[in-house]
Amino acid sequence: MTQKSSSISDFVSWQQRIKSAVDAGRSQIIVCGGTGCVALGSESVYDAFESEIKKQGLEKEVLLKGTGCHGFCEKGPVVVILPDQFFYPGVKPENVAEIFKETVIGRKAIEELLYVDPISSKKITYEYDIPFYAKQQRNIFHNNGRIDPVDVEDFIAHNGYNAFVKVLQEYSPQDVIDSVIKAGLRGRGGGGFPTGVKWDICRKASGQEKYLICNADEGDPGAFMDRSILEGTPHAIIEGMLISAFAIGACTGFIYVRAEYPLAVKNTRLALEQARDSGLLGDNILGTGFCFDIEIRQGAGAFVCGEETALIASIEGHRGMPRTRPPFPAVKGYADEPTNINNVETFANIPLIIENGHEWYSKIGTEKSKGTKVFALAGKVKNTGLVEVPMGTTLRAIVFGIGGGIENDGEFKAAQLGGPSGGCIPTQYLDTPLDYESVQEVGAIMGSGGLIVMDQNVCMVDIARYFLDFVQSESCGKCTPCRVGTRRMLDILESICGGTARMDDLAKLEELAVDVNRASLCGLGQTAPNPVLSTIKNFRDEYVEHIEKRICTAGVCLELLCYQITEKCVGCGACKKVCPVAAITGEKKEIHVLDTEKCTKCGQCYNVCKFEAVKR
Amino acid sequence: MNLIGENSDLNILDDILSAFTEITSNDLIPILQRIQNGYGYLPKDVVMEVSERTGIAASQIYGVATFYEQFHLKPRGKHLIRCCRGTACHVKGGPEIIDVIKKCLGLEAGETTEDMEFTFETVACLGACALAPLMVIDGNYYGMMTKQKVAEVLDSFRKPAEEIA
Repeated sequence: MTQKSSSISDFVSWQQRIKSAVDAGRSQIIVCGGTGCVALGSESVYDAFESEIKKQGLEKEVLLKGTGCHGFCEKGPVVVILPDQFFYPGVKPENVAEIFKETVIGRKAIEELLYVDPISSKKITYEYDIPFYAKQQRNIFHNNGRIDPVDVEDFIAHNGYNAFVKVLQEYSPQDVIDSVIKAGLRGRGGGGFPTGVKWDICRKASGQEKYLICNADEGDPGAFMDRSILEGTPHAIIEGMLISAFAIGACTGFIYVRAEYPLAVKNTRLALEQARDSGLLGDNILGTGFCFDIEIRQGAGAFVCGEETALIASIEGHRGMPRTRPPFPAVKGYADEPTNINNVETFANIPLIIENGHEWYSKIGTEKSKGTKVFALAGKVKNTGLVEVPMGTTLRAIVFGIGGGIENDGEFKAAQLGGPSGGCIPTQYLDTPLDYESVQEVGAIMGSGGLIVMDQNVCMVDIARYFLDFVQSESCGKCTPCRVGTRRMLDILESICGGTARMDDLAKLEELAVDVNRASLCGLGQTAPNPVLSTIKNFRDEYVEHIEKRICTAGVCLELLCYQITEKCVGCGACKKVCPVAAITGEKKEIHVLDTEKCTKCGQCYNVCKFEAVKR
Repeated sequence: MNLIGENSDLNILDDILSAFTEITSNDLIPILQRIQNGYGYLPKDVVMEVSERTGIAASQIYGVATFYEQFHLKPRGKHLIRCCRGTACHVKGGPEIIDVIKKCLGLEAGETTEDMEFTFETVACLGACALAPLMVIDGNYYGMMTKQKVAEVLDSFRKPAEEIA
């Protein structure tokens, strides 16, 4: 439901009407509709609640709402019952009738369905008591688990667009820029450049028209916060872009979003239509004379398009290849006009700064890194999902506090931060505060905040090879250092993983890494060696072991493995049957034996065994 | 859908292009995305027709079409299987999942089965890392995969086809 506001007072009275219609005491059933929960079946849970409400004839008394991502993706489908905030993870349609009767109507928790904390093994009833949430500071994600992403009225009821209206009423463009500079906000896309300064350059640059781009081409493997924000609160991004457009004087904006994020595209498109219908986008917005509209552009699957000049080339209909900077896009970007590019999370911070004031904002975080940062916590950790914490929170607090430690009681080995441009942070730096500078000191980068936890079963040489393989295939091919240099680096890493490398190859690898870093044209090539350099620096022994002893202790590099059959073997004979070189012997129902001399390490026995008896 | 790509139904293209006014190079990628949605891939004759009608050089269109992973110059199978090779999936056994899919279907990444039933692709990251390892079939997510589960899921797609045969 939308209503066109043609003046600020129209909007204010619309908001008052919406707010007065909200019944704070009404029971609400919140079903997470983020990609993670949908994948785990939240849609059928939603449908089950819908028919239960109908069956009971309680449509007026109980509100059912599908929201954006709650961040605790692994525990999906997540259901929260308001006003008490009862929290149920992993809900199935068959639980719905009981939840409805006991919790929605009876306001009592159902013991068996409650979340069990992996550290204390205690059952937890309320959402706010769950350590995963209790230890976070969810400023950006505050509304994500509460509002319907495609209902503009719900967003407005939660003070949505208030910051934009405040800007229209009280701020000059320079006031906005000054506030963002004083708040100390830095770009969340990776580089960490001060956002307000970028806006100021763009505002002061001369050009016929100015453009604004939201970079939602979240290509970093292991990062998914931008997807979640766009899925859950697309209006917050539109609001952030409106404020930015007002500040720099842009009339046209783009949201460049990955095609791999269909739900984000869908919700953003709906939100844009609603904003237009409400008079919040388009010509003469709220009767103030300010004009701004946004177009969605879907990426077509090229990692390098996250680089701003490549992204612009892509919007202009070319191959997504970067060009040299300067001139920076703030001076000469889309259509050769001044263009400001920020990423999704950066825009999400803007309404918070305006609404609460830069003084409030600059109190969060560290001296040089202000505000909160969203990390995508994944890998070998008990609680995976999206985590929002103040800048400067230690890695230990995230992995062991919020994340609950390593899964299967494994041992922490490293955390990879910053994707293909980042590095691996080893155990001795667990107490490093995560802010832009400290992270760089230990050889990683903040990047977009993908945080992959690794245990003893992860091989660091393989990880370096993995990232090099990634950047190699994503290299656009324009400049030689990146195109050829990363290929040669990958060759060396493959020879190390394959057991054919010599020690001088390691020295060559390091030398090449420095060259690729120095000579590449864009950020992709310049930072491509980071995963290699950081793993060599922190895990040199592992490289040496691969080269000199031909051993991969983590048991990952196939050519260096030694297969064994353990006492778990039940003698089914499956491995014997599948072995192409007849290296396995043994009688039915007896433990089989593998002849390592004959074994060609093809791994077929390992794949075929249903009893996990083949070890490598 | 015309699989030969020689005599494609140009009515689909008419509809696509009619949504654009004054087509410039800026519209090229959205146009190609719609063609791919409409035809399932980028048929050669359709691409040539786009060049003819918009004045965008065929070489530029070919350059763009081959640069981005999303575009395909060959027809694809009925079911699209996309497996994530992101970092979280990688450390949680993603490569083994990819191996199982390859073996089950007899395909390398980017290939289509001869009966045009399945196309297999790998994706840099599907952005659902909490569910690693993960694959998407025809837009539906299958998270926390194991070697056994993958085989079961693939079988569930295959059975009806075999029964018909």
